[in-house]
Amino acid sequence: MVANSTGDGAAPAAAGAAPFVPGTTPTDGPLLQLRDISKSFGPVQALTGIDLDIPVGEVTALVGDNGAGKSTLVKCIAGIYQPNGGQLVWNGNPVQLHSPKDAADLGIATVYQDLALCDNLDIVQNMLLGHEVTRLGLLNEISMELTAKQTLRDLSVTTVRSIRQPVGSLSGGQRQAVAVAKAVMLDAQLVMLDEPTAALGVSQTELVLGLITRLARRGHAVIVISHNLTDVFRVADRLAVLYLGRLVATGPAAEFDPQSVVDYMTTGTSGRLGNGSLSQPTASSGFGTGSEG
Amino acid sequence: MATTDHDVPAEESPSSPVAVAGAGESAAEADEAAHLARGTTSPELLANSLGEYFRLWLRRARSGESGALPVIVGLIVLGAYFQIREPAFLSATNIANLMAQAGWIITIAMAQVFVLLLGEIDLSVAFNAAIGGTITIWMVSVHHPFPTWLAIIVGLAVSGAIASIEGLLIVWLKIPSFIVTLAGLLGLNGVLIWLFDEAGQVGNGGVISSHNNFINDLAGGNLSPVAGWVILIVALLLGGCYLIWRDQRRRTNNLAAPPLGVTLLKLGLMAVVGAVLVAVLNVNRGSAFTPLEGVPWVVLIVLVLLGGSTLLLTRTRFGRYLYAIGGSAEAARRAGINLSRIRVLAFLLAGLFAGVTGILYTSLLGSMSNDFEGGQYVLYSVAGAVIGGVSLFGGRGRMLGAVLGGFVVAVIYNGVDLLGLGAAGQYIWTALVLLAAVTLDALARRGARST
Repeated sequence: MVANSTGDGAAPAAAGAAPFVPGTTPTDGPLLQLRDISKSFGPVQALTGIDLDIPVGEVTALVGDNGAGKSTLVKCIAGIYQPNGGQLVWNGNPVQLHSPKDAADLGIATVYQDLALCDNLDIVQNMLLGHEVTRLGLLNEISMELTAKQTLRDLSVTTVRSIRQPVGSLSGGQRQAVAVAKAVMLDAQLVMLDEPTAALGVSQTELVLGLITRLARRGHAVIVISHNLTDVFRVADRLAVLYLGRLVATGPAAEFDPQSVVDYMTTGTSGRLGNGSLSQPTASSGFGTGSEG
Repeated sequence: MATTDHDVPAEESPSSPVAVAGAGESAAEADEAAHLARGTTSPELLANSLGEYFRLWLRRARSGESGALPVIVGLIVLGAYFQIREPAFLSATNIANLMAQAGWIITIAMAQVFVLLLGEIDLSVAFNAAIGGTITIWMVSVHHPFPTWLAIIVGLAVSGAIASIEGLLIVWLKIPSFIVTLAGLLGLNGVLIWLFDEAGQVGNGGVISSHNNFINDLAGGNLSPVAGWVILIVALLLGGCYLIWRDQRRRTNNLAAPPLGVTLLKLGLMAVVGAVLVAVLNVNRGSAFTPLEGVPWVVLIVLVLLGGSTLLLTRTRFGRYLYAIGGSAEAARRAGINLSRIRVLAFLLAGLFAGVTGILYTSLLGSMSNDFEGGQYVLYSVAGAVIGGVSLFGGRGRMLGAVLGGFVVAVIYNGVDLLGLGAAGQYIWTALVLLAAVTLDALARRGARST
């Protein structure tokens, strides 16, 4: 269960369905705040003092080289890993995620690279897998098909020929779209996508990038992990650069350029931006560029 | 107005990137072609008219998703061959025999479907059937006069329990089902011999006979001719009304539905086949003094089991999860499905169908013996399911396919017997048909890829 430390008597279970815990004022602040998150695996320090705000309605891109800790961070938010230190704050309330189910109940959906779709099932069956609607013990196909259709329409996914098509017959981009639609349909407020364009061709990438943008415009908070800086700059409203488990730069995407991001990704610092408009996280670890050595 | 919109309608401006992506660039077209070749969508939901339905259906058949077609063609070819070689093959007497013989072969193929859909296999299914059948027949034999209904329930329960234990071992110890059920095959064969020889002293000289009329009638008895017609007409009316009502509900909800013509054509075909079958089986096969006529009970039993299991597989969460786990266990797990529970339940169902098989088998022979050839019969079950289009790798196949596939095995069994070719012919024919079924499937798939 999601631990809710506000102690105001609000039922934590309601957090899954309703956007805000009753009794607390909906804040205009970020949907999710990471406060000084660290995670270690034995002697290996995977994440150190991560402070990051994830606002609603914006795409936050998480970039970094291999082993920088992107996946570890996403898994901490998805409830797969439990951080060793620090605090996750959801809508202003500190929460602890003990399992992926806790995260899902809260409204956090993750679309992993392998998409986790059943090729032999059709789009509707995949989108509602585990959340089937039944009537008198029998599946209510009409209700499920209408739900799936509405979600796809909301996301403007229009290239599928029939939503009764097996997912195995779809193209890579369409599969990604189905996986995203599946996540969104379950009342997700925060959608995390792991390398959504990694295996896609040009037109399929367009499809997925358009989808990511629309997700954010619809009021979801979106986190995208990507290696592809071109794609990142096309969709991201905010960037967060990880280097060796530390957050070395965050800020609006407009304040970065590809070269500075590459510098941050590979060296943890960038000489090109000296004006301090980017927030250099200094929260607890007090790291500076020198501490990376 | 029945607007059958197959595509999710594009309401956004057509210049949105998504719409553009599908608007006929060469890449998108190549994609499209590939999907059509692999076009596994049911033509029912894409076609607007009967003609278009046939066009789509042909294309789908060529791409290897031919559904029940190859097995039906196979049945016709086999039937024609046996009829030419032996004119008694299509006589009313032999057709009634064939139906009675087919019963247990079909149910054992159905039993296998539940586990094959998961990508598992149950090699012990035949000996499990023998144990269930032995217990039922022992409970109603002369010295153990339990009520018949209780004997049947206990027989089914024992088979179900045995299969569930195998399922639990597979889930808990994570041993492949092939190994667990191979152990089951050997162990249950031993238990069967032990039941007859030492423990229960079941039967005489390794054979126990059935003197219970109800059990003997399951495979040997017939419906009255009138009852045959009444049941056929009621079933067709109910089925037809349901299909038309269902399609109409889809149309009123603005969802794609099969053209009315297709539904009517299917119903018409079913009506013709059913009527011919009932008419032939209602012919008096006995003499004027001791009439022998009517549809065998076992036909009704198999049809009820087919209807029930199809409902279970296609219209319940359990069935959906079977297919999901067979398609991608990881995706099913992440969707919050309890894989262990579904796996054990699938084995339980296989066990229950094995129990039915055992009872139908004893009913057909009027006895059960300790030289039951379970090692051979389990292969009938796998062959029947595979001939009927059930994939060995999980996630694909229908119960109707297994019924037709099991029927093919029974036709060979019966026809080869009529030709007097004996066991050698039976094995070789079954082997050839099995190979042909799988080859056809593989060739169709390869053809789909290369075009």
